[in-house]
Amino acid sequence: MKNAIAGTLESGDIMITIGPGEGLQVELQSSVAAQFGRQIKAVITETLEGLGVKDAHVQAVDKGALDCTIRARVTAAAVRATGKDVWKD
Amino acid sequence: MFVPGNNPGMMADAHIYGPDSIMLDLEDSVTMAEKDAARLLVHNALKSIDYGNTEMVVRINPLNTPYGKKDVEAVVKAGVHVIRMPKTETAEEVKELEAEILKVEQEIGCVGRTKIMAAIESALGIVNSYAIATASPRMMGIALGAEDYSANLKTNRTPGGAELLLAREQIVVAARAAGICCFDTVYSNLDDMETFRKEVELIKTLGFDGKSIINPRQIEVVNSVFTPTEKEITKARAVVAAIKEAQAKGSGVIAVNGKMVDRPVVLRAERTIALAVAAGVIDKEEVL
Repeated sequence: MKNAIAGTLESGDIMITIGPGEGLQVELQSSVAAQFGRQIKAVITETLEGLGVKDAHVQAVDKGALDCTIRARVTAAAVRATGKDVWKD
Repeated sequence: MFVPGNNPGMMADAHIYGPDSIMLDLEDSVTMAEKDAARLLVHNALKSIDYGNTEMVVRINPLNTPYGKKDVEAVVKAGVHVIRMPKTETAEEVKELEAEILKVEQEIGCVGRTKIMAAIESALGIVNSYAIATASPRMMGIALGAEDYSANLKTNRTPGGAELLLAREQIVVAARAAGICCFDTVYSNLDDMETFRKEVELIKTLGFDGKSIINPRQIEVVNSVFTPTEKEITKARAVVAAIKEAQAKGSGVIAVNGKMVDRPVVLRAERTIALAVAAGVIDKEEVL
């Protein structure tokens, strides 16, 4: 796995930076971390597990993203980091 | 209403403004470096966001780019209603898209679910517009893409739209001959609502079913032009009521307010009522 980024810092988005790690480590910055931090981290972890990524270090900067946006950005970052696409060629 | 496919904030809010249709864009509004991320965003948004009764369309990248086939897989798997094919020039291109859609639909067991709208954006596309409109039973509409079309004609866009007249008329005629819908191009100067309104009035007169827009501020103008007036609705109701009465009596030709009512008048009246129902100014129940 190489380092990769997906997403932006615009409202409604989340920026995901992913790189090599041991186990799944997620660092989150969010203005709603107190209310939704656990939920956001769970979506990130579940998405990575669904893609078969077991070891990665993730930094997430959330700007109020919906769960579907979090899933999309985590998947995009993971695909860029691993080179394994989720669509057929 | 066009919505950039790589802007999650806009994608989440677009339906709040009440457009008839939302067109998530994977083509021109997304840079090449972000095609992969936008495709994932659109896929996940279609699967998760409740857009209510809004028709969901995705403009994909052309199939002859590295992105087009992956776009088809992503949006068909997410249950999109309509795929908008950009820069369509021949019926064969529509058939190629149809085959790609079918492959994905067969894989997930929903054959026939996805419709196609072809955007015509070149002189060759206009020449082939009827063949394009009839290329597949999935075709639900054809649309004009005026920026590429006017560049292809070696001219510029003007406020009066003289350069688009033949293309607009050709698209309406081809769509009507094929029995599908037709949609006009976008108007991108948001500071000139007066010219925008004139353009919407023009394309309604030409026979278009609607207009593509790029901003929620344009919705009200399009709806107000396309929504029949109270006077038009009253007249249409009188025509429909008179024809029903005449049919019940077995009589052919009738007159309403001293004017002969024949089949084209009835068809126009029925369309006026259908538009009024679609615009929500009269209830469907009232018509029956």
